[in-house]
Amino acid sequence: MTIEARFHLAWPGFSLEVELRCPGQGVTVLFGRSGSGKTTLLRAIAGLERVPGGRLVVNGATWQDETIFLPTHQRPLGYVFQEASLFSHLSVRGNLEYGWRRTDKKQTAGFDAIVSLLGLAPLLERSPEHLSGGERQRVAIARALLTRPRLLLMDEPLAALDQERKNEILPYLEQLHETLEIPVLYVSHAPDEVARLADHLVVLGEGRVLGAGPLTEMLARLDLPIRLGEEAGVVLEAVVSARDAEWQLARVDFPGGGLWVRDKGLPIGHAVRVRILARDISLARHCVTGTSIINTLPVRVARLGEDAHPALCLVRLEAGGIPLLARVTKRSATALGLEPGHEIWAQIKAVALIA
Amino acid sequence: MPDSDDLAAIRLTLELATVTTLLLLLLGTPLAWWLARSRSRWKGVMGAVVALPLVLPPTVLGFYLLITMGPSGPIGQLTQALGLGLLPFTFPGLVVASFLYSLPFVVQPIQNAFETMGDRPLEVAATLRASPLDAFFTVALPLARPGFLTATILGFAHTVGEFGVVLMMGGNIPGVTRVVSVQIYSRVEAMEYTQSHWLAGGMLLFSFLILLALQTFRPDRRRP
Repeated sequence: MTIEARFHLAWPGFSLEVELRCPGQGVTVLFGRSGSGKTTLLRAIAGLERVPGGRLVVNGATWQDETIFLPTHQRPLGYVFQEASLFSHLSVRGNLEYGWRRTDKKQTAGFDAIVSLLGLAPLLERSPEHLSGGERQRVAIARALLTRPRLLLMDEPLAALDQERKNEILPYLEQLHETLEIPVLYVSHAPDEVARLADHLVVLGEGRVLGAGPLTEMLARLDLPIRLGEEAGVVLEAVVSARDAEWQLARVDFPGGGLWVRDKGLPIGHAVRVRILARDISLARHCVTGTSIINTLPVRVARLGEDAHPALCLVRLEAGGIPLLARVTKRSATALGLEPGHEIWAQIKAVALIA
Repeated sequence: MPDSDDLAAIRLTLELATVTTLLLLLLGTPLAWWLARSRSRWKGVMGAVVALPLVLPPTVLGFYLLITMGPSGPIGQLTQALGLGLLPFTFPGLVVASFLYSLPFVVQPIQNAFETMGDRPLEVAATLRASPLDAFFTVALPLARPGFLTATILGFAHTVGEFGVVLMMGGNIPGVTRVVSVQIYSRVEAMEYTQSHWLAGGMLLFSFLILLALQTFRPDRRRP
């Protein structure tokens, strides 16, 4: 179950040299600045951009190689554009049915199921021009899903929306993530989308793949610091394991230990993601008591790396095989005598529950 | 009151405009599509040729049509060889002349509509499994509807309003090639001003209504 893509193209002022292998399941975010080639890569995968000599194999099916080039309409994919691009001459229902009618019905997920998954039932008879930006994008996502794609491509689907609309759609996307098994390639440079949706991260720069790997691993890389917003930091997968009603706290467990976070009312057993920023971890040689910090984990120093300012360094830690990043001054690092392999304590000042 | 000659001229004019407009829509649409989407270097040349009737005096167009379709012209010889006879001074001849003369009025609005729509709707259609031909009929044509409306009205009105090309190509044969504009000309020549008023006034009213309709259906008019 993999997606293999190889595309080389040279345009005046831009070139794309991509060789990529990513998992054929879950959400892979193509991350990079504008002009890094994310959208071009996605369009090449969709067949909207014809790249001679390209190669694309999706979970065993060859969509393109030296001899084959499936035109876009023969590729079993769904594509969500940055602007919803709904057909203005059709109602919401007409838009949803457009692809659905053209797909083998036996393979097609129930129309009503997808409509209710994206909360579109009350909008079906409306015209696209009478929808809000968020509603339009939800229609576009449902329209793509209704073709029962074997690969879902999303090109910054939330970039054209304000934060409020984004927050309205993100829960739907998370739900898709949990309920559907379609692999998703998701272009974005928005930190919150990466943190909430990505399982796998591909970092692009100037038409090249700078790095690719599982989200947590990628965020903890010292050679390729990825800032989610202002700050370096990691995102961990965890499970709610206990709730403390007295203090309104919930405990989430990950392989490196347990963390107390503010209780958002999620039930025990619920899978969550937590984000820990490098600046919120301080390091100590011993388990310190008598502080206000409630989350302290035993960790092992894996590596030290440079940070943006010469006074600071990033320390990659490992807790139960899961990487964490801490930012400390170089003076502190020297004073503590930090070396790879040292067993120390991480004091975590803030843990953000993101989903 | 209009007499039977006038009525025959009106009927002929409407027939000519209807046939011409239908042909223009049928053949002008693929041409407009090509002009809107092709990257060929011949596109500019073709666009200029289509636009020629906008600037040429109708007599020039009529003159060359008469020559090429006449007995010794290439098209004239072709139509004779095919057993169709000669086109000048016949209704089909008028249709051909009107077709060329009104071509830009039909092609350009449709071309504009296709260009304004851009690639995106067709790309979306392709990602929804529509073949290019399918997408053309189910997405491009419906989205270009305002352009087609303008093209139809303009093509029809312009054909009704032509004079020079018709006179050169069709002459002035009652019931065969004598359209309203030529009929008015004949009436005025014969000093029949009352009859001329009926026809000329009718044309004035017709043209005004057409332009009014165009203003009302303007595609860029946003609904509140």
